[in-house]
Amino acid sequence: MPLIDPSVIGSRQPERVIELERGLLRLFALSIGQTDPIYTDVDAARAAGHPDLPAPPTYLFGLKLAGRTLEQESTWLTEHGIDLRNILHGEQKFEYHATAYAGDALRFTPQVTDLVVKKDGALQFVTRTVQVTRVSDGARIVGMIESVAVREPSLAQIAEGAVR
Amino acid sequence: MTATLDVNTIAVGTELPALAPGVITRATLAVFGPASGDLHPIHVDLDVARSAGMDDVFAHGMLSMAYLGRMLTNWVPQERIRSMSTRFLAITPLYADPTCTGIVTAVNGEGSERTADIDITVTLADGTVTLSGTATVAVG
Repeated sequence: MPLIDPSVIGSRQPERVIELERGLLRLFALSIGQTDPIYTDVDAARAAGHPDLPAPPTYLFGLKLAGRTLEQESTWLTEHGIDLRNILHGEQKFEYHATAYAGDALRFTPQVTDLVVKKDGALQFVTRTVQVTRVSDGARIVGMIESVAVREPSLAQIAEGAVR
Repeated sequence: MTATLDVNTIAVGTELPALAPGVITRATLAVFGPASGDLHPIHVDLDVARSAGMDDVFAHGMLSMAYLGRMLTNWVPQERIRSMSTRFLAITPLYADPTCTGIVTAVNGEGSERTADIDITVTLADGTVTLSGTATVAVG
C-alpha cells in the first residue's frame, strides 16, 4: 500500500440529509439484543419522557451509510488507492450534544481530519469526523470521529496475485 | 430499567452491571450488517474474508461498541452520556462470547456539572480484550 497523500487532510465529502426511521431503529434494537422498550415501543418511549424512539448511542455511525452501497460510501478511502479488504476500524469516538429521535431529519457533514503513518507505512490511520445536526433547528446532535486502519496486505494475498 | 440507580452514589471504583449479550453467530452478523448500515461483505461473505487473508468472517467492531452502549444505557438514561470512545484492539471472531464491563475511574465537577469517567471494556471468554475505551456520563 503506497503512502496516502497528506493532502487528504481537510478534504470534505458531500453532506447528506437522512431521516431517522422508527422501523429501522426497531431492527437495530433487534440486531443488538436491546430489550429496553423505550427503543422499540413509542408509548414506552413517551412514558419515559421522550418525544419518540431515541437513536441509541452508536446508531448514527451507520445511518450515514443508509441507502448507499459500500462502494458509494467508501470513495473517501478508495479514491486514495485503499483496498477495502485491507481496512480495519481502529478507533471510534462519539461526542454527544443531544439525543436524536425517530422522525428527525439529520444532516451529516463529513471531513477527513487526520492522517497518521506508522511502521514506515505498513500501517496508516485515516481519521474522519462526521458532525450531525438536526435540520429543523440546527441543533448539534453528535460528533463522530472514526479512525480507519489501513494495513499492508498479507503475504498470502500477494502470493495469490490478489493485490494489484 | 434505570430508575433504581441513585447517581449520587456513583464514585471512583463503582462498577457498572456487566452485560453478556451472548455468543456471536453468523446469523448475528447477517442481521447486524444491514440493521446498522455496515454493508462490508467481509463480515458475511466467506469468499471475501478469505481473499483478505482471513480464515473466516468476523464481527463488526461496531457490534461490540453497540453492546457497550447497551451497558451504559442499562445503567443511566441515554441523555446523560456525554461521550464514548473505544479502540478496536482485536478482531472479534465468529462464536465469540463477549462480556462488557465498566468501572468509574474519576468523578469531576460538582452539582449539576458532576460527571463520571468510566473505563469501558469488551473481553472475550478466552480473556482477549477486543475493545477498550472510556465514556463520560453526567451524574449531577
